[in-house]
Amino acid sequence: MAIRRGRGVAAINYPTGMNLGGDPTQALVHSTPTGNFMVTLSSVDLGQGMKQIMAQICAEAIGVPTDRVVVDTADTDTGPHCMGTFASRGTHRAGNAVIQAAREARQVMLEVAAEELEVNASDLETDGQGNILVKGAPQKSISIFDVALSAHFKRGRSISGRGMFLIPRSYPEKETGAMKPSTCYAHACTVAEVEVDDETGEVTVLNVKNVFEIGRALNPKMVEQQLVGGSWMGISHALYETTEPYYPNRDHGGTDFNQYLMPGPGDLAQTEIIVLERPSADGPYGAKGPGEMCANPQIPAVANAVFDAVGVRIDTLPITPERILRALKAQAAN
Amino acid sequence: MAKVPVQFTLNGSEKAEFIDSGTTLLNALRDKIGDTSPKGGCHQGTCGACSVIVDGELRLSCLTLAETCNGASITTTSGLADGGVLHTLQRAFLDTFATQCGFCSPGMIIAAKVLLDHTPNPSREEVVEALSGNICRCTGYEPIIQAVLTAARSNSQNAA
Repeated sequence: MAIRRGRGVAAINYPTGMNLGGDPTQALVHSTPTGNFMVTLSSVDLGQGMKQIMAQICAEAIGVPTDRVVVDTADTDTGPHCMGTFASRGTHRAGNAVIQAAREARQVMLEVAAEELEVNASDLETDGQGNILVKGAPQKSISIFDVALSAHFKRGRSISGRGMFLIPRSYPEKETGAMKPSTCYAHACTVAEVEVDDETGEVTVLNVKNVFEIGRALNPKMVEQQLVGGSWMGISHALYETTEPYYPNRDHGGTDFNQYLMPGPGDLAQTEIIVLERPSADGPYGAKGPGEMCANPQIPAVANAVFDAVGVRIDTLPITPERILRALKAQAAN
Repeated sequence: MAKVPVQFTLNGSEKAEFIDSGTTLLNALRDKIGDTSPKGGCHQGTCGACSVIVDGELRLSCLTLAETCNGASITTTSGLADGGVLHTLQRAFLDTFATQCGFCSPGMIIAAKVLLDHTPNPSREEVVEALSGNICRCTGYEPIIQAVLTAARSNSQNAA
């Protein structure tokens, strides 16, 4: 009887969004009289940072600082339609819709500025600081504040735009079953190192090293935050979490939070995160969906590490001490 | 059933309410007094989201009867900021990206405050121990541990 060490690796690719009925999301953007911009969505911020990312995307597309943008995720009664925040689709789907809406609003903004400056709208550019300048003659400029005032009180224009994301619905081919369920794919690889006590069946994850390829990280700190949390959740899925430990038998099924196991702050594996950026062609500024993907590769990596450590394949989650001991017993019997 | 009076100090202000006997401190704070910073996660003392400080001691407000707090001094996360200036722990949670959905954050911050009030320069193990009664679903805990250590460092720098 001994503590045995093992190492496992796993790599995954993970779709961004899904394609049941085109996976649509719509967005509306409009300016206030003082040249701030409002993004209206029904997409929900679950804490992953949807509002911050949509503010960044809108600001980039219009050419204003991020703090000039307010995002209202409202609710589904009043906002433009969104399929929802799931399938790692939020940044990609809503982001594309926001870019389209913001570009339309920008065009109106430039047209109003052109009237004020008596130039062609196509000769104008934004400086990203809240001003519109004549290309090549930056001394000729107008603030977006003044453009918005002019639009509202003088020119009678609505600086606003509509955007939507929609892809053609993909049906499976009759012969092969092949279909295009999503647009771009994120990728990940994890190496996990574990110790398995072959007397008690207990698994300790010593460390996980994760590489994530997520398109472009639109907000690197928030991406890192989600990946660190996701890596922990992957280990939690691999070793701890279940509502039905003896499915389909309900015996010993948890009935409340205090019977639902998750690793706490004292059970953390040393975690390393590396982000690779390969901007996707169809993502908003190259982004893909890192959300659910980041909690997946740890599971097969831990299962492989357990196999490396004690030579048994556990193919039912979570990998509990009981399952390991039963497998070791069966192995010894053979 | 007759209502019972309770009065205590909440974040420095006197509060008095008539409540149903048996009302938890969590429900009294949220539903009667309107301080929604303590969160009701499990209502059975498992998740720590409802943590508050009663007379300097860390308490689960979902397992504390409000009427046992008569005359007590209670601190919640909503009382930590000094006007517009965030508490060191709140600042550290922001700076180290230690929140995502935010549901556990008030309880985490309260648990960390009690730790730092008694142990200004805790070791990592002491931080882990102090947070072990609080559940987080999003962060993987490491950013929260780092936030508490960061707050402790910035406290000792300010004191120096």
